[in-house]
Amino acid sequence: MAGNLITYRECIKQALREALQADERVFVMGEDVGRYGGAFAVSKNLLQEFGPERIMDTPLSEAGFVGAGIGAALGGMRPIVEIMTVNFSLLALDQIANNAATLLHMSGGQFNVPLVIRMSAGIGRQLAAQHSHSWEPLFAHLPGLRILSAGTHEDARHMLAPALADPDPVIIFEYTSLLNLEKELPTSINQVDIHKAKVRREGKDISLITYGTGVYKCLAAADELAAAGIAAEVLDLRVLRPLDDETILASVAKTNRAFIVEDASRSVSVSSEVSARIMEKSFYDLDAPVQRLCGAEVPIPYPKHLEDAAVPQPAQIVSAIKTLLQHA
Amino acid sequence: MEQQPLQSIKLTAEQARKLLYQMLLIRRFEEKAAEMYTKEKIRGFLHLYIGEEAVAVGVMQALGPEDNVLCTYREHGHALVRGMDAGVIMAEMYGRQEGCCRGRGGSMHLFDAKTKFYGGNAIVAGHLAMAVGLGLADKKMKRKQLTCCFFGEGAMAEGAFHEAMNLAALWQVPVLFVCENNLYAMGTALRYTHAQTDLEKKGAAYGIASASVDGMDLMAVMQAANTAAESIRRTGQPYFLVCNTYRFRAHSMFDAELYREKSEVEEWKKRDPVPGFFNYLTQQHILIDNDFKEAEAKVEKEIEKAVEFADACSLEPVEELTKYTYSER
Ligand SMILES: Cc1ncc(C[n+]2csc(CCOP(=O)(O)OP(=O)(O)O)c2C)c(N)n1
Repeated sequence: MAGNLITYRECIKQALREALQADERVFVMGEDVGRYGGAFAVSKNLLQEFGPERIMDTPLSEAGFVGAGIGAALGGMRPIVEIMTVNFSLLALDQIANNAATLLHMSGGQFNVPLVIRMSAGIGRQLAAQHSHSWEPLFAHLPGLRILSAGTHEDARHMLAPALADPDPVIIFEYTSLLNLEKELPTSINQVDIHKAKVRREGKDISLITYGTGVYKCLAAADELAAAGIAAEVLDLRVLRPLDDETILASVAKTNRAFIVEDASRSVSVSSEVSARIMEKSFYDLDAPVQRLCGAEVPIPYPKHLEDAAVPQPAQIVSAIKTLLQHA
Repeated sequence: MEQQPLQSIKLTAEQARKLLYQMLLIRRFEEKAAEMYTKEKIRGFLHLYIGEEAVAVGVMQALGPEDNVLCTYREHGHALVRGMDAGVIMAEMYGRQEGCCRGRGGSMHLFDAKTKFYGGNAIVAGHLAMAVGLGLADKKMKRKQLTCCFFGEGAMAEGAFHEAMNLAALWQVPVLFVCENNLYAMGTALRYTHAQTDLEKKGAAYGIASASVDGMDLMAVMQAANTAAESIRRTGQPYFLVCNTYRFRAHSMFDAELYREKSEVEEWKKRDPVPGFFNYLTQQHILIDNDFKEAEAKVEKEIEKAVEFADACSLEPVEELTKYTYSER
C-alpha cells in the first residue's frame, strides 16, 4: 500500500512536470520557483530538468510578472504563474481583476486570456496576520475568473491540466498546511472536472459543504459522526467561481440539511453565497436553516492556541452537527 | 538631536563598549533564537540577522529617540538596538502576552510605540510607503525628526519601492531609506532580480541624494549614516543609503540554501562585522581583549535573563482573540 502514498507537494510537482512535458508553450514563472526550488520545495529540480527558459525566477514584482503572464497568454504562450502565497496576491490584484478578468468581455470576445495562476494559501503554520490569509472569497467575487480550490491530493494532481486547457484565466488555490500530508492517490482517476463540485463522501443526514482545508477536516468529522450514527455527506465545492449550483442543490435535496465550513472569515464569504443560493433555490427542501462554521472576524494571531481558535476545528464541526441534529 | 561629526569618527572607550555590546547582543540573541526555534519555543517564520549587524547598529546610532523606525520581518536586531528589552522581544517570539505585541505578532511583527518602532513588516516593500507618510506627517506638523526605513534589495523590485521613492522626492519628506543589500532575496541573487545592480543609482534616478557603503564595516556605516541623517535634518529631504552586506544564515528556517555555494558564505564570513569591529578597536588601542570578554559576559547574562523571562510568561486568554480588531472606545 505504502507505494501509492504520495504527498500533496509531490502531486503538484507531478502536475507541473506533466504540463511542461505536454506543451512547449507552457512555462512556469514566479518568485524563487527555480534556484531556490520553490518556497515550499514544490518545484525543486524542475529548473535542472527544464531549464531557465521554462522555469523562470522572477524578482519581487507581483504586479509586473502577473501582468506579464497575462501578456504572454495573449501572445500565445501558456504561462503558469506562481504567486508564492495568497498573501502577496493583492499586489497583483489590479492585473487580475482589471486585465485578466475583463479582457474577453471588454474586447467583445476578441481577446481571451489562457492564464493559470497558482498560489498557496491558508492558515495553520503560525505565520501571523500578514501571512495567514484565506482570501478565496475575494477572488471568487470577480466575474471572468475561474477559481479552483485544491482541497485534496486528487485535485492537486489533476486540476492543472484542465486549467491549462481552459481558454480563460484560472486561479488555483493550493494549501501550504497540506504539503507534507501523505494520502493514497486513486489510480483510477486521471482527470478532474473543473466545472463541478464533488461529493467526497455520501451521506443522507446532512450535507457538509466545504472547500480547501475544510475538505479533510470535514471528512474526519464525518468519520466521527458516522460512529455516532450520523451519515454526513461531504461536498467539496472545488470550483468557487462559477459555483456549481446543481451539485450543491442536489445534495441538499437529498439530506435536507446544510452545514457550511470554511476558514475564511464569515462575512461576505463563499459560505454566505452558498447559503444564499440554497435559500433562494431550495428553501422548501430544507428541514432547518443553513448553518455555517467560519473563520473568526479577526487578523490571524501568531500563537498556536489563538490561531486554532480563529478557524473551525474538526471537533467543533462534530459537536455543532450533533447539537443541530439532536435538536431536530 | 545633536549633529554628529561628519569626518573620521573617533570613538571613546565608552562609545566603543556600547557599540560592541550592541553588535554582540544581536549576534547572541539571534543564535539563541535559532536554538529556541529548534526547541519549538519559537514557531512560524524566523529570519536571522547574523552577518548584517553592522547595518542596524551603524544606522541606528545616527537616530534620536524622536525619530521613527520601520523594518522588515528580519528586525530583531533593529529592535534590540532601538532599546527594546530582549526579554520582551523573546516573549513576543514565544507568542506570550508579556511580549511587545501580546504575542500576537511573533518574530516578524515586533512593534513598540515607546521607541517609535513601527514593525516588523512582512509584506515586502509595503512599509516604504508608510515611511513616506510618517515623514509627511512630521513635515506637516513641523516636527524636526526623521523616519528611517530599512528594507532588502529584493524590495527594490517592487512597485511600492518606486512609488515611495518618487513620492518622497516629490513631497520632500525627511525619510532615510536604508537598503540592506545582502545579495539575495530568498534564493534569488541580486543579478537575477535587478537589471541595474548599482542600487544607489535607483535613488539618484528619483533625484534623491544617494550613497552606498560597506555594510560589513561598522565604522563606515556609522559615517555614512551620520552624513545621511545630517543631510536630512538640514534639508528636510529624503536620502537613500545602500549598505552592502551578507546574511550568513539561511533566509529563514525553511531554507535549504540550494542557491549558493558554501564557499561563498565562508568567504564572506572572513569579513564578519563583529570580530572585524573588535579588531579595529584593539588596533586603534580603544579597547583591549578584556573588554571583549566583559562584553560577552554581559551579553550572555542579558540573553539568559531574556530567556528566563520569556519562559515564565503566559499565553493570552482565548477570550481575547478579537480584542483590538477595532479600537476600544
Ligand atoms: C510582496 C511579497 N512578496 C513575496 C514575499 C515572500 N518573501 C519574503 S522575504 C522575501 C525576500 C526578500 O528579500 P529582500 O527584500 O532582499 O530582504 P532579505 O530577506 O534579504 O532581508 C520574499 C520573496 C513577501 N513577504 N512579500
